[in-house]
Amino acid sequence: MSTDVGPPPAPVRAEPLRAPRRVPVPLLLLLPSAVFMALLFGWPLLSGIMEAFRGPDGFTTANWERMAGEPRFWEAVRNTLLLTAVVIPIQFTFAVAMALLLQAKPRGAGFYFYVWAVPLAISDLAAGLVWLAIFTDLGYLNSALVDIGIVERGAQWLNYQNPTSLFLTVVVAEVWRATSLVLIIVVAGMQVIPKDYDEAAQVFGATFWKRLWHVTLPLLRPSLQVALILRTILAFEAFAVAQALTGRNFPLLVGETYEWSVNLQNPAVASAVALVVLGMSMVVAVIYLRALRQPDSVRSGR
Amino acid sequence: MSTVAPAPLLLSDVELPPVDRAPLRRLRRRRAMLQAACILVTLFMGFPVYLIALAAFSSRQTLNAFPKSLLPTEVSTETISAFLSSTGVLPAFLNSIMIGLATLVLALLIGAPAGYAIARFVFRGRDTYQLAMLLTRALPIVVLAVPLAQLFLTAGLYDTILAVTLVHAALALPTTILITASVFVSVPRDLEEAAQLFGCTRAQAFRRIVVPMALPGIAASAIFTFVLSWNEVLAAAVLTLNNRTLPAQVLTSLSDSPLAFRFAGGFALVLPALLFILLMRRYLLNMWGSTLR
Repeated sequence: MSTDVGPPPAPVRAEPLRAPRRVPVPLLLLLPSAVFMALLFGWPLLSGIMEAFRGPDGFTTANWERMAGEPRFWEAVRNTLLLTAVVIPIQFTFAVAMALLLQAKPRGAGFYFYVWAVPLAISDLAAGLVWLAIFTDLGYLNSALVDIGIVERGAQWLNYQNPTSLFLTVVVAEVWRATSLVLIIVVAGMQVIPKDYDEAAQVFGATFWKRLWHVTLPLLRPSLQVALILRTILAFEAFAVAQALTGRNFPLLVGETYEWSVNLQNPAVASAVALVVLGMSMVVAVIYLRALRQPDSVRSGR
Repeated sequence: MSTVAPAPLLLSDVELPPVDRAPLRRLRRRRAMLQAACILVTLFMGFPVYLIALAAFSSRQTLNAFPKSLLPTEVSTETISAFLSSTGVLPAFLNSIMIGLATLVLALLIGAPAGYAIARFVFRGRDTYQLAMLLTRALPIVVLAVPLAQLFLTAGLYDTILAVTLVHAALALPTTILITASVFVSVPRDLEEAAQLFGCTRAQAFRRIVVPMALPGIAASAIFTFVLSWNEVLAAAVLTLNNRTLPAQVLTSLSDSPLAFRFAGGFALVLPALLFILLMRRYLLNMWGSTLR
């Protein structure tokens, strides 16, 4: 294209960006995504809700009763909540600590960041299999323990008769897999905090813990809030990690949905269980938004 | 840093104040502790990946031995090749790749225009639209997967690559829109306006100015979408029967497969993650940081 400025371009073309048009351009650009999402999110959501209440003759709560009558369901609810409640505080402590380590700019920070971020792209199924290689009876953990000479034979970490160790293996795998996500959000949040605040606090003689508690963490609140909501909802969705590690011995809610849908071929009950997960996610999101709302500053929530 | 040697000749009678090395020592100790902590975390994050690779490249005999060596004493492709040649794995591999590629194309085709609209136009309902997109993320996949299986069954799409692609694209769409929006925001609007002043139409300006500048960010978003699709287990398992993706294949054969198969499968699923994060290191913070807040 020649760049000569000779004759001025035709006035029609030189129109400003917001020229009046018949169909507004943004609408045209947004429409495909809106339609697509309505079809693949809205429609199945509605039909799932209907499915859960549909029986052979119209409206029924039989599916819900069937779901609640299954002891495994309550076990799954308990496990899901317990796993979330244990994993999330560990993850946040870890992630903030790791972000602070990176913030201190150690030598090789780039390499560390890479390794710490890798689990971000690992699925929960893969994470379960990775830790299966470690925790299985003849696995690497027992091998190491025997090598060191702590034990003679190694423990059966994944035995169903040992619910505590079963739970702990899932916790370890979940912490390993999903801390990276929190880490990334926290590091990104720390980067936009001006250094001045921390330095000012330092000048006034605040200790490290005081600065962390009164300066860094409050400033990180928006990031932490996002990470907390996202992580909790994702934690409710974990299932393959438990499936890979324990088979069916550690039921989680989404795993139960999978079971009802695929193995028992009962989409109605499966939908009901799925809606329980949805309900839990929404309740948690609302609680977090309430509890972590910025007092009165003018920041927008996003 | 340097040790102050007592100068032998002229200053011998001058009493030098003792050098206070305490702060230096403190700094060194802090640095050492920092490194130690970093190495500890790195071991926790990295060692399991090493171990699954070790397991996947052990012979069956090594895998059955106990206690196992934690060092790669015998590298063998027996386990991994047995995994690759077992029924359904190779087609599942191909399915996963095809679905991943189709998903990223579809998500970009639908998502990038929306991202551009959010980045460039001020219009009524923009915030609502963005909020709605964020909310869809809060929807557990499982809520969609089960009803979609029914819907696809009636539509004759059940157990097809297209069905899984559609669901994965829907899952990736909110992120794609948010990422592309932040990418387009970073392309200066002045350049686009300048191109239009010089006689480009809006579409031309977009194609010649915006696209080349946004390409790296868009590539990042595409890789992200691919990995999302590659990792997605639940919907893929619920929506397919014979045309499994790799994770779905591994998941459904978990209970009746030998440990060696599961280790090799785990490694095959982890491998792309290593590459992905390596490629994306520079974009990770931008993607998760700026798009989420």
